[in-house]
Amino acid sequence: MPTTPETRTIKVGALTRVEGEGALLVRIRGDTVAKLELRIYEPPRFFEALLRGRPFSDAPDITARICGICPLAYITSACQAMEDALGAPVEGALRDLRRLAYCGEWIESHVLHVAMLHAPDFLGVPDAFAIAETDPDLVKTALRLKRLGNRILEVVGGRAVHPVNFRVGGFYKVPNRDAVKALAEPLRWGIEAAVGMTAAVAAFDFPDLDVAATLVALREDGAYPIDRGRIVSDRGLDVPVADFGRHFGEEHVARSNALHGMTAAGEPYLTGPLARYTLNHDRLSPLARQAAAEAGLGPECRNPFRSIIVRMVEVIYACEEALRLVEAYTPPEAPAVPVVAGAGEGHGASEAPRGLLYHHYRLDGEGRITFADIVPPTAQNQKQMEADLRAVVEANLGADDATLRWRCEQAIRNYDPCISCATHFLDVRVERG
Amino acid sequence: MAKQPPRRPKLAVWKFASCDGCQLTLLDCEDELLEVAGHLTIAYFLEASRATLKGPYDLSLVEGSITTPDDAKRIQRIRRQSRTLVTIGACATAGGIQALRNFADVDDYVRQVYPRPEFIRTLPRSTPIRDHVRVDFELKGCPISRHQLLEVIAAFLAGRRPSIPEVSQCMECKRHGTPCVMVTRGLPCLGPVTQAGCGNLCPPLGRACYGCFGPMETPNTASLAGWFAASGTDSAAIRDLFRTYNAAAPAFRRESEAQARTTSSHADDA
Repeated sequence: MPTTPETRTIKVGALTRVEGEGALLVRIRGDTVAKLELRIYEPPRFFEALLRGRPFSDAPDITARICGICPLAYITSACQAMEDALGAPVEGALRDLRRLAYCGEWIESHVLHVAMLHAPDFLGVPDAFAIAETDPDLVKTALRLKRLGNRILEVVGGRAVHPVNFRVGGFYKVPNRDAVKALAEPLRWGIEAAVGMTAAVAAFDFPDLDVAATLVALREDGAYPIDRGRIVSDRGLDVPVADFGRHFGEEHVARSNALHGMTAAGEPYLTGPLARYTLNHDRLSPLARQAAAEAGLGPECRNPFRSIIVRMVEVIYACEEALRLVEAYTPPEAPAVPVVAGAGEGHGASEAPRGLLYHHYRLDGEGRITFADIVPPTAQNQKQMEADLRAVVEANLGADDATLRWRCEQAIRNYDPCISCATHFLDVRVERG
Repeated sequence: MAKQPPRRPKLAVWKFASCDGCQLTLLDCEDELLEVAGHLTIAYFLEASRATLKGPYDLSLVEGSITTPDDAKRIQRIRRQSRTLVTIGACATAGGIQALRNFADVDDYVRQVYPRPEFIRTLPRSTPIRDHVRVDFELKGCPISRHQLLEVIAAFLAGRRPSIPEVSQCMECKRHGTPCVMVTRGLPCLGPVTQAGCGNLCPPLGRACYGCFGPMETPNTASLAGWFAASGTDSAAIRDLFRTYNAAAPAFRRESEAQARTTSSHADDA
């Protein structure tokens, strides 16, 4: 008769080096995971409810306040949803300017995550301040690159956190030519710095882990997806953004103030750098593709631990793309297309640094919001994060508690989870069967 | 600089209901971050470090508002462990955008957002930190200004009070020679009642100030609202202008409630 299996409990009371508040509980009985819960205790802020009754024009600035790390993702998805609702598409030079700013946000957010939040796990130190003691050049380069991302946001948007120059239809004022052109030289440096950092992170040790989940990302002609695209998956999905709700849903579980995303079939899916990269490898620039190959990545990457490399490859692309847009910049004649308040329904999606960010609104005859639905990437990834954690725990059962705990934290940080974003959503419409 | 303090003061950064943007501002001090880290022991900063030290802390920066019963208790513990406590940002100083619930029924909000309302524990109002504990200094803004944050830290290290002007945004426009958007474009601008400090961002873009730094000292909101009404802004729109990131700051709250009363009496007339 077998002895009663030993029970171990691994607890992470407060996750660190993530945006927002979460915790993890793992219970292991013998060599099986008896319980695994990622708890989100970040207090809810009820954005979808507080938007009701507000004018359509408030949505970009108010939803920006969901996340201080990726405000432009919220601004962009909200603007596009409102422009869809009110029949005012933004194209050409105005759209390019939005994309330029979005490149800045990718650079700022990705470099923050790579150097300050994620790299310490691979180096076995508690934070980037400790890296600065042993490798000050790496941290200084990262800070300078992050600053460049913020600088782009300041030039185009007026401010890095909660920029003020964006509105439904375009901008309040287009930036002047000289200010934009002055970004070119720092961006040329940025491309080289990003290539160097890609090689540096590629030298880390990567545990084995293979995500089998459906990968979901935006995709569009001729460019790597940043500010817009159609929704595609590695299982053949290819639909307009307006069809999001038909293919994806959410469920509410007791342990979490964030709703868990899932496919219409109830399966977990993955959005974010791995999904973007794998579904859009052919859309990367030659230099970014080459850097990826030299860093040991094939055209697909399904190991979340390697997302740190993918983020750096995306930083290379974002710097190159920003440089291209800067060099082509001529101030548009009008800062915005005309937008007339009225009734409508609209959808918008963009690729936040952490993945697909979907907005959906309905407006009354005066252009006031009657319904809002916001689905952030971290909520979509939560189910898959738990699946990864289970695999990581099972692969490391022999490790002592402290090591296992750290490895679990690292597995969570693979997703650059933004818990502030994940906590608040939507009227859920989970459709089953 | 010959005289170094005997030990580096311990810095703690705490988060309540918020977007993380204000504590990110500390990490956005790219040029100064390593120097700041050299003058302080970063004892508790979950967004930046896995290593934490036990209190007491010499300087606590608090981001976010109080919205849950647990957080109302947690801020008391933090206050007890903090020699100096500074609140940063509109959530911590005024309740943030999530204080729009204060004007609605929070149970209704919960039902609108969550399919299983019974899983959610929340308070009916979002309140600033000073409603719960003594606060040594309040740094306003949605988000705070990087320069003002560095000034607060420098002042703390020097043992002096931070030098943060409490004048209106109008003063900033005058200083920068920015044409007044109310005069030249007829836009309803909150600049006359909003504290300066953002760095004069919106009016130079031709955009009216939307009050993200909250009310200045003794603002005359009623007079300004009268000007808005005279230039054709209806009371519902004026209400919404005062009801954003600093909606629960007393001066803005009172004005938005006055406008809401006007709006509903007009609706009754109609």
